[in-house]
Amino acid sequence: MIEYFKNNRYLILRRTTQAGLLLLFSGTQWWGWKLLTGTYSSARVFELFYLSDPHAVLQAMAAGFVMSSDALIGALIILAFYALLAGRSFCSWVCPLNMVTDLAKWTRGKLKLSGHENLIKINRKTRYWVLGIGLVVSWFAGIAAFEIINPITIFHRGIIFGIGLGWMAVAAVFLFDVLVVEHGWCGHLCPLGAFYTIISRFALVKVSHDTEKCTLCMKCKDVCHEEQVLFLIGEDSGYIRGACSICARCIEVCDDDALKFSVFNYKT
Amino acid sequence: MADKGVKNGRRKALKLMFRDIGLAGLGGIVWGATATKLKASELTLRPPGALLEEDFLKACIRCGNCVEACPYDTLKLADIDDHASAGSPFFIPRTTPCYMCPDVPCIPACPSGALDAATIPKEESHEKKAIPDVEKARMGIAVIDQESCLAYWGIQCDACYRACPLMGEAITLEMKRNERTGKHALLEPVVHRDVCTGCGMCEHACVTEKAAIFVLPRAVATGMVGKHYIKGWEREDERRLKELKDKKEKTSKPEDILNNWESLFGDD
Repeated sequence: MIEYFKNNRYLILRRTTQAGLLLLFSGTQWWGWKLLTGTYSSARVFELFYLSDPHAVLQAMAAGFVMSSDALIGALIILAFYALLAGRSFCSWVCPLNMVTDLAKWTRGKLKLSGHENLIKINRKTRYWVLGIGLVVSWFAGIAAFEIINPITIFHRGIIFGIGLGWMAVAAVFLFDVLVVEHGWCGHLCPLGAFYTIISRFALVKVSHDTEKCTLCMKCKDVCHEEQVLFLIGEDSGYIRGACSICARCIEVCDDDALKFSVFNYKT
Repeated sequence: MADKGVKNGRRKALKLMFRDIGLAGLGGIVWGATATKLKASELTLRPPGALLEEDFLKACIRCGNCVEACPYDTLKLADIDDHASAGSPFFIPRTTPCYMCPDVPCIPACPSGALDAATIPKEESHEKKAIPDVEKARMGIAVIDQESCLAYWGIQCDACYRACPLMGEAITLEMKRNERTGKHALLEPVVHRDVCTGCGMCEHACVTEKAAIFVLPRAVATGMVGKHYIKGWEREDERRLKELKDKKEKTSKPEDILNNWESLFGDD
């Protein structure tokens, strides 16, 4: 039992933050807690200030509207938090859709689909195109283009306020990940993940690899959702960079202590 | 030979580049068409203080803070099957109307400026903190279908008139002779568009199976005469006529209009 907790310690922590934050939002809606009000698009904290989704604010800007200071400052705080400190950790520690895509990965494993060739081939860089095209579409359609189809916020709102047909968007992502492309949504298409990847290049919190200790068991590559970021395993010591969302699964499964949390050193 | 290899490599790279740009364009077109279509849901009633629909859609970050602030649970965030852009707040008066809270809590809860107090004139009596006068909010206009209105049939009903928070101003009862019986009165409700806030209390109160009085967004329920009609009996409007005359004197013969090619493409 203790072994289980030890081997899944970060997974349990992540599920706790994901579900805990959702609980705080729901608490406001259903029991009047007022700790976190609204949604991740813009959340009022302790009734004092707002935290907003910088990608949503950026889309509105592309559509031709500069939001008022509450939302702007909130977006800047979030931007600074992930860009300077927490990296792309939104995706694996906060985003509610991560639970769905992780479930999809688990299902894929149960169905013994992992390792099979994907039904269609999608480049992992497609998400950067989606990010860019989304901003262009926002500009000429005059509306935040991703926000009106965003399965993350559809799911998130659904959990807090009750879901209608929005479950179909969530189911679509799940089935896409299980049947069409492994890690299809988070790893290939999601523009929000792309956004956080781009801004978090120099974030302080990183996972680092020590090749001296590595025994090349490759367990880390098996659990990683962005296995291309682990290209240095067994070859080079250093920080895991790029699209790594710091989910820390690799740290948990590593029996050799070759992967661990570390603080990014700007000098190297 | 090596030269040829480079050439082929370059050709292949160019081909791939054009393919990617083509795919991006395709995606952009489909996405843009979807966004434009999703935007065009005109029959949506927005909270008080909302910007005009076109701007509101750009400005709303879809966070739900207005929904949380609404003490009557009037406001809902649109799911993908609602007649509103996903995640944007709206209300259905037949279910729950806007109760026009004097402090309009939904407006200050908005972080993005999509609900803007400046769109509503301030209440005069409040000197310290200028609160928008919710009675001057313009969420929509109540429209009456006379064929299904009991009062127009000659049956006594003044449910909408009495439910109206601006009783006797936004809805008045016009007394007419009931020609059918020859000895009764008709008390016909009439909506005054300059006063009606579009709160929907009337629609909520209407006793018919499907409401005979219902709120439509202002842009949908109002016509426009066009600026070439002038109220000759109003001095202000008469002045416009003079301005038009002044303008007309500048234009000359038909052939000159054709010769002046720049004006063919201009507005004027």
